[in-house]
Amino acid sequence: MTALTRRDLRNGLLFASPFIIGLAAFTIYPVVASIYLSFCRYTILHPPQWCGVENYRLLFTEDPLFWRSLYNTLYYTGLSLPLGLALSLALATLLNMKLRGMAVYRTLYFLPTIVPTVAVAILWLWVLNPEYGVLKAGLAVLHIPGPGWLADPKWSKPGLVVMSLWGLGGTMVIFLAGLAGIPQQFYEAAAIDGANRWAQFRHVTLPMLTPTIFFNLVIGLIGSFQYFTQVYIMTNGGPTHSTLFYALYLYQNAFRYLRMGYASAMAWMLFLLILGATLFIHRTSARWVYYEGGQAQ
Amino acid sequence: MSAAGHAFTRRLRRIGGSALGHLALIVCGIVFLVPFAWLVSTSLKADPQIFVFPPVWIPRPVLWRNYGEALRYIHFLTYLRNTTYICVLVVVGTALSSSLVAYSFSRLRWPGRDALFLVALATMMVPFQVTLIPLVILFERMGWIGSFRPLWVPAFLGSAFFIFLLRQFFMTIPQELSDAARIDGASEFDIYWRVILPLAKPALATVILFAFIGAWNDFLGPLIFLSDESSYTLALGLQQFQSQHESEWAYLMAVSTVISLPVILLFFFAQRTFIRGIALTGLKG
Repeated sequence: MTALTRRDLRNGLLFASPFIIGLAAFTIYPVVASIYLSFCRYTILHPPQWCGVENYRLLFTEDPLFWRSLYNTLYYTGLSLPLGLALSLALATLLNMKLRGMAVYRTLYFLPTIVPTVAVAILWLWVLNPEYGVLKAGLAVLHIPGPGWLADPKWSKPGLVVMSLWGLGGTMVIFLAGLAGIPQQFYEAAAIDGANRWAQFRHVTLPMLTPTIFFNLVIGLIGSFQYFTQVYIMTNGGPTHSTLFYALYLYQNAFRYLRMGYASAMAWMLFLLILGATLFIHRTSARWVYYEGGQAQ
Repeated sequence: MSAAGHAFTRRLRRIGGSALGHLALIVCGIVFLVPFAWLVSTSLKADPQIFVFPPVWIPRPVLWRNYGEALRYIHFLTYLRNTTYICVLVVVGTALSSSLVAYSFSRLRWPGRDALFLVALATMMVPFQVTLIPLVILFERMGWIGSFRPLWVPAFLGSAFFIFLLRQFFMTIPQELSDAARIDGASEFDIYWRVILPLAKPALATVILFAFIGAWNDFLGPLIFLSDESSYTLALGLQQFQSQHESEWAYLMAVSTVISLPVILLFFFAQRTFIRGIALTGLKG
């Protein structure tokens, strides 16, 4: 190694050292420890005891709540993710028009996403209140009787989905950035070819936006699988386990029942689930995501 | 139809289009605003006006004292001090460490650099649930549980997301600036501190903003790592208050309003930075 590359290496490592230390202490060590713990019986009070695949066996064969929490999480994701993507895209398209006062609208739609989750959760407990809530009043205007929302096992998850739509500003702003990146000439060319507004959206905007849709889909999926704070505060899993989400059940196992090994096994199943879903979307992306730079097929 | 007539109908259609746009945006805007209005309105009401249907929007009388009472109830000043302490350390730590590491990943050339950067990106995929339990055990052994350290020390060791964001920005700064400083005999740290950081102010502002809001809003971290009531943050304090006083809606809404206000004000003052930052993070992926 020449003196020059040695100096480069030393400088490079020196500047990167905070990350290297953090990586070792707060990522690599816990990840390895977590794999080990997932094969142990561990209640904090006694040292971890190796038990092989026992935790995983229990999880898959003897714990109906594991399957319930998985079902709830997938149900919520399947409802909130497509709805959220479609609505935030629609709003972003509206906000991308050249109108006066756009900054005000953008601020308005984005605002809910920066309010502390705890405050949002408490506010929505009140908004969704089946007796006095403002959503009931809103539906009454349309002559729709409001359901029991979080008090009703059938309506608790849809209630949380409605709440999640209020926070779609983050997704929307990313769509806006994507829309801003579409060259104006494409629309002019389409207009000359006689394409109307809808055809322009369908054949210019949507294809050009697929990388952004892909990004939002993956980020949304990961976030949704880890959905925790809202249910912890609002329902604690109830009524009758209808909002027992995966991350909440994991938390309860770890910190309420002190089944740390079992919870570690759950965490690993979650990781594999996220990884699998992301890889699956990535695999299909070659078919529907269009990269302008001409990605190698 | 004459040419003037054509221009007229085109103009009419444009005005009609923008009126329709405004209409749609205003209707959606009202839907988005209602929960906020509901929050503030409830926070100023007395109980007889809270438990009624259909809801009353204008509080009569306006009970400003709900705020004073609610804040005294939850030891607001203690929680505010704790939250501010954590936020300041997290912001300083994140800005310093993430920019140092991003500098290494973008402005220096060394063997293994790109591999390590890929590792950094990969760590963003690991859900916090996986690392959570071993971290609790680790902090427990170090005697850190109950102190603020688990909440701010990691910030000084870089965060993959912010490293990524700053790296993308540093890459756009011309290499000649560094070369010129090197010829003048500047050390690598000088270049980082005096050349790159001043040029990266917009990106740094984004990082500071996001880090502050992340720390201010954080709930899970305080929930797991703090044990004593005197060390609670605002978010945790509000949740604890809620679990004990479920139906005191006026107080709950008053505290929720107060802890939301700083981030909302920050957002208004730093709106451009926000939008640019999100564009920066969202698209260069």
